[in-house]
Amino acid sequence: MGDWNAIAVPGQLPDNNIPWYTSAKKMSPSSLSVHVLSSPQPLSKSVHSFSSAFCTEENVEQSLSYLNTELTTLGFPSLYADSKGKELYVVSVLNCMNELLQLQRKHLRAQEEAETQHLKLSSDMDHLQNCYTKLKEQLETSRRETVGLQERDRQLQCKNRNLHQLLKNEKDEVQKLQNVVASRATQYNHDMKRKEREYNRLKERFHQLLMNKKDKKIVMDVLNYVGRVDGKRGGWRTGKTEARNEEEMYKVLLNEYEQRQKQLLVENAELKKLLQQMKKEIISLLPPQKQKPRERAEDGSGTVNVLSDVEDDSGEVNKENVWELSCDTVREQLANSIRKQWRMLKNHVEKLDNQVLHVHSETLNSNNTISREEHEMEVERLQLEIQQCKEMIKTQQQLLQQQLTSPSDDDTSLLLKDCYLLEEKERLKEEWKLFKEQKRNFEKERKSFTEAAIRLGLERKAFEEDRGTWLKQQFLNMTSEPNKFEYVKHRSAFSGSSDSDNPLTNFRSHQKKCSDLSNVSTFSDICQTTQHDLANSSSTLLDKTPAVRKSSQVKKEQLRKIHHSGPGPVAQDDTYSLHMWLPSNSCTEHLDNLP
Amino acid sequence: MNFSECFKLSGQLCKFSPDGKCLASGVQYRLVVRSTETLQILQLFTCLDQIQHIEWSSDSLFILCAMYKRGVVQVWSLEQPDWHCKIDEGSAGLVASCWSPDGRHILNTTEFHLRITVWSLCTKSVSYIKYPKACQQGIAFTKDGRYMALAERRDCKDYISLFVCSDWQLLRHFDTETQDIAGIEWAPNGCVLAVWDTCLEYKILLYSLDGRLLSTYRAYEWSLGVKSVSWSPSSQFLAIGSYDEKVRILNHVTWKKIAEFEHPVTVASPRIVAYKETEKSPAVEMDKLLFPPSKSVASSLFSTKSKYEIAQLPVSLHHVKPAVDRANPRIGVGMLAFSSDNCFLATRNDNIPNTVWIWDMQKMKLFVVLEQLCAVQLFQWDPCRSRLAICTANSRVYLWSSAGCVSVQIPMEGDFQVVSLCWHSNGDSMALISKENFCVCYLEREAEEVK
Repeated sequence: MGDWNAIAVPGQLPDNNIPWYTSAKKMSPSSLSVHVLSSPQPLSKSVHSFSSAFCTEENVEQSLSYLNTELTTLGFPSLYADSKGKELYVVSVLNCMNELLQLQRKHLRAQEEAETQHLKLSSDMDHLQNCYTKLKEQLETSRRETVGLQERDRQLQCKNRNLHQLLKNEKDEVQKLQNVVASRATQYNHDMKRKEREYNRLKERFHQLLMNKKDKKIVMDVLNYVGRVDGKRGGWRTGKTEARNEEEMYKVLLNEYEQRQKQLLVENAELKKLLQQMKKEIISLLPPQKQKPRERAEDGSGTVNVLSDVEDDSGEVNKENVWELSCDTVREQLANSIRKQWRMLKNHVEKLDNQVLHVHSETLNSNNTISREEHEMEVERLQLEIQQCKEMIKTQQQLLQQQLTSPSDDDTSLLLKDCYLLEEKERLKEEWKLFKEQKRNFEKERKSFTEAAIRLGLERKAFEEDRGTWLKQQFLNMTSEPNKFEYVKHRSAFSGSSDSDNPLTNFRSHQKKCSDLSNVSTFSDICQTTQHDLANSSSTLLDKTPAVRKSSQVKKEQLRKIHHSGPGPVAQDDTYSLHMWLPSNSCTEHLDNLP
Repeated sequence: MNFSECFKLSGQLCKFSPDGKCLASGVQYRLVVRSTETLQILQLFTCLDQIQHIEWSSDSLFILCAMYKRGVVQVWSLEQPDWHCKIDEGSAGLVASCWSPDGRHILNTTEFHLRITVWSLCTKSVSYIKYPKACQQGIAFTKDGRYMALAERRDCKDYISLFVCSDWQLLRHFDTETQDIAGIEWAPNGCVLAVWDTCLEYKILLYSLDGRLLSTYRAYEWSLGVKSVSWSPSSQFLAIGSYDEKVRILNHVTWKKIAEFEHPVTVASPRIVAYKETEKSPAVEMDKLLFPPSKSVASSLFSTKSKYEIAQLPVSLHHVKPAVDRANPRIGVGMLAFSSDNCFLATRNDNIPNTVWIWDMQKMKLFVVLEQLCAVQLFQWDPCRSRLAICTANSRVYLWSSAGCVSVQIPMEGDFQVVSLCWHSNGDSMALISKENFCVCYLEREAEEVK
């Protein structure tokens, strides 16, 4: 309660309380009322203090008349039974009181609501302001970013421009340098030519001089001339020799070319051989494939195939000749046929590839679908089978060997065989008997088992029935009990609430009695919320609360005293409740008042 | 493997005769001819001056000794030791001298490449060829010795002249679409002439014997181009090494590129075998050391042993950064050689100087990488087998075949740094040449055949 009261700050008083003040200011005859007004206390307190100090033994009449006038001005019925105001009409007084109280409560509630609304709104406001500031900041930062980016963009553009400029400059430079190089080259060439000409002139002159001088020193001193390598004498230089030289040169060239041609021919022949071989191989590889394209081609381009067939035939006939022909004539044919066959081969290979892929994927898929366990089982089974087969083979081999080792005497062998057979038959019979016995035993056992099973089933049925009946009983018991149980629960809750010393709950119960349920519920909610808010907002007040609580008990007694002493015709319960939910305020006031 | 004793030598002048019977070497102004079998001196000729160049005639009967400083060529005959021949170029000077393929003519190039004088040993006739071009490889004879191609320069334009060697008659004369010819080379079949332009431009031209342009190949522009060119012995491939560290292989049918071999610094492909030469000092056995150590022990103490190890791939090769601002930068494929059976191609990328790359020409793929400890000076294929000999200016010789590779220490006292080598024509021996000495290395043929 104390917590709650702390909200009632004077600044937040509802407007409709003002007339009370004003009227009190104007009308109150006592000096106490001045004190009341001077102190910034809420209305409720002032009312309380009013009641405690407003009326005394002496001024009962006055105060009554004052109250009467006040109330009538406010539209309440007169407190007096008659118009002259001699006799106090208790019913009217009580009605007025009640109405006033109700009004008071309503106002308080409204005030509460307004306050909470205000709080909500203020918190909303805060939130919005926060949001606003945040957004503002964001806006600012984004603006800054934009500016930064723009700046960077500008800088980059600047740089780009600079680079462009540089590039251009470089290009110009390169161009210039190229020009320089070119000019230098021409200059150099020119100079070179000039120098060379000079040099040539000098050489010429020198040569002339040499020739003119008839240099005696330029001489060959040989003991005797030696014979030529070929032993012939050198011929005179004539046109004939020239022609011969030419001829020889061309011969040399011709020889060279012939040799090269031969090489090429050999190479060509080898390649042709290879080609032929390849072709043969392709053809041998393709026969089943060949049917299909033909069939396909019959619809569309049958002529081509016919042609190629013709070619093929001709090729078959004089293949040798065809191969020996120069490339020019056969080239097209050859190329076409090769191309065709190649295409077929390619198709075939592609198809095969696809098939392989398909198969592969299928196997993969199937592998995926078959679970590992199954696979393993299969393997195991197969292994077992293999084992069995091996054993079988072994026995067969043994038998064979036995047969082979003793094929000498047919009769004895037959006899032996018969003996063996007989023996085996006997053995088998015995085994058979054994088997039968076992089977019988098994049958017996099975029967006994089935019987036991039947018995068990019966027993089980009985047990089920028993259980059903038991369950039924249980259920019945349960259905009768729950009502009681609920009842008890209710009671215990009730008693618990009554036992608790919580003044709020007390207050609630009172409220329940007093006003309609819906109102109460909302009120209490608000109460709680405000409490919560307060706890959050004012830590100082929270610190105070224990002290307040302690003092509340003292207060109660004081208040009771006051009421007892007070002459008011107000019902004690109501006043008590009223006091109960405004204890801290009253307390503070009392503290103020008390010396 | 056996080694002969060490013989004196000057100017790295040491040549086997084409018939393989003799070995000529120059020591100062003396020409020594030895038998390859016994290494006994067969003949000793004394020249007028220090010999700068020696060359056998194709029939192994004559030896030419050129003394460029004097402008004199002396020819000696093995059959008639008292036969002599001296050619004096006089004031015209001499820069190069060589035999014609018939072994009866000598081609002398005068100073400033003024002309080429063709001296005949059979007749008194002297021919002059004017306007030879001063270039890396300006004269080329066909393998059969019938024709000679000569790069010429007239009026600031390149020309090719084809001569018939038998009578020095001009057969063809045509201009080439080149800026500045760097070299010419006949295909071994003698029907195609490869002509490559100066290193400033990547350009290869292929001419037929009759002067027709068969094809032109340009791999790229604006960058240094061809550095080395080599025909395969079958004339089937033309390998072109260039400054972009690649070898491009052209085929003989379409003359288009069929393969491109890169020479990266790191070799990562798992199918390649990378042999790496490693050096190890022998462990010294202290108790076996004597105080005045015997000579052999001392030499063996200080010599380190080297062997090949198979490196784990990827292997990172030693490379040098070429000076870009200098002329003739050490970058690109500068050495190329096909094996005699056309199966392999050996290359060296000049900015990875320690490495020899061997390419499988059947698969057109890198096959083996040999990383040496020193820069590779020279490599040469065995003329009969696919066996490669490598020298790296140290006292070892390296041999590679598809079976593996070995590093052989040359058992010579003193400093013997092999800077060059040449195979005997039968591939059974080779001459290892240092700056002042040479020795002959005999390879065990029997053992190989037994294997």
